[in-house]
Amino acid sequence: MMRHIAALGRATLDTLSAIGRAGLFLVQSVVCLPSREGFHLWLRQMHFVGVMSVAIVLVSGLFIGMVLALQGFTILVGFGADEALGQMVALSLVRELAPVVAALLFAGRAGSALTAEIGLMKATEQLTSMEMIGVDPLRRIVAPRLWAGFVSLPVLTVIFGVVGIWGGYLVGVDWLGVYEGSYWSNMQDSVDFVDDVLNGMVKSLVFGLVVTWIAVFQGYDLIPTSEGISRATTRTVVYASLAVLGLDFVLTALMFGDLG
Amino acid sequence: MKRNSWLELGVGIFMLAGILGLVFLGLRVSGLGVGVPNDTFTLTANFANIGGLRPQAKVTMSGVRVGKVTDIQLDPKWFDAKVTMELDSEYDGKLSDDTTAAILTSGLLGEQYVGLTVGGAPDMLHDGDVIHDTQQALVLEELIQQFVSNLAK
Repeated sequence: MMRHIAALGRATLDTLSAIGRAGLFLVQSVVCLPSREGFHLWLRQMHFVGVMSVAIVLVSGLFIGMVLALQGFTILVGFGADEALGQMVALSLVRELAPVVAALLFAGRAGSALTAEIGLMKATEQLTSMEMIGVDPLRRIVAPRLWAGFVSLPVLTVIFGVVGIWGGYLVGVDWLGVYEGSYWSNMQDSVDFVDDVLNGMVKSLVFGLVVTWIAVFQGYDLIPTSEGISRATTRTVVYASLAVLGLDFVLTALMFGDLG
Repeated sequence: MKRNSWLELGVGIFMLAGILGLVFLGLRVSGLGVGVPNDTFTLTANFANIGGLRPQAKVTMSGVRVGKVTDIQLDPKWFDAKVTMELDSEYDGKLSDDTTAAILTSGLLGEQYVGLTVGGAPDMLHDGDVIHDTQQALVLEELIQQFVSNLAK
């Protein structure tokens, strides 16, 4: 009995200290003066984290927009309200689907790679040798990756939304025959730039920070064995996805909860 | 160095795509105007019941959009709804004094909006004027109640 209670206490203490370490880790790596060399490191990571993720975001955005239009049309046409298709596609994409799905894809595509990369650096003692020659691995390795994730996820989200709305247009207007004018004008009447588009951007900024934070911390904090790397990579994807979905509810409640 | 400049180009195009996308979301999807907003003038109208009218709802004339609802408040004097509308300034001084405003519904379940109908009076409405002749929103429950009580007679 006592053993179980002690195990619970140990688990709690472990979790708390991990959260504390993760917080310190974030502050230590993010707070630093911008430098020319840091900018180049950031640029390299932007290419890997952002530019290389464009393809998957383009394809999934297009298909999600197309499916939304198809599903929405079959539902709306029952009410004789198929003109509201543009409104439905745009609002669900801009508010919800673009930030969340882009963040989930980002966690799978970039987050897991970041964890594995940093984990392997730790396992092969590259991080320790950096410290030996007086280079701070938090500044050199972690900070550019964090900033790259923070900047590139909102950009990916915008691309996702635009492509999705275009995909909805392809299916709704070109294929199913919704009138083009009402597709756009209903959209413009109902979508508000600050309330919908910018709130979606705020969401994706938060998701970008959280996903990359989890990814680099899992990589930095793992047990440096091959098994440890594989576990940490899995944990990155699972934790990041859960965090995105949970935070999405909290953020949505804060942003749109009082609309009634 | 060659490799590095390609990388910079890639990131540049990526950021540019993001900015252009945001512009697209602003202009095309949420219908923000470019530059200075159109000149508008304000009219108010009191309705006995506004139904489901919301700010940002459109104001139309013969079905053509001429402005939008900017504010809805309860008038504490008469306890009816005071609706403030912004209309394009090209109609300033062109609508007659006895213009009527009605709250209409687009389709069976669509959004509610304000429809204006011009009268024939010689005096014109200007910025800040009040439309006196209004028609309240059709509330389905009241309609059904009337129908049932007529049936009972």
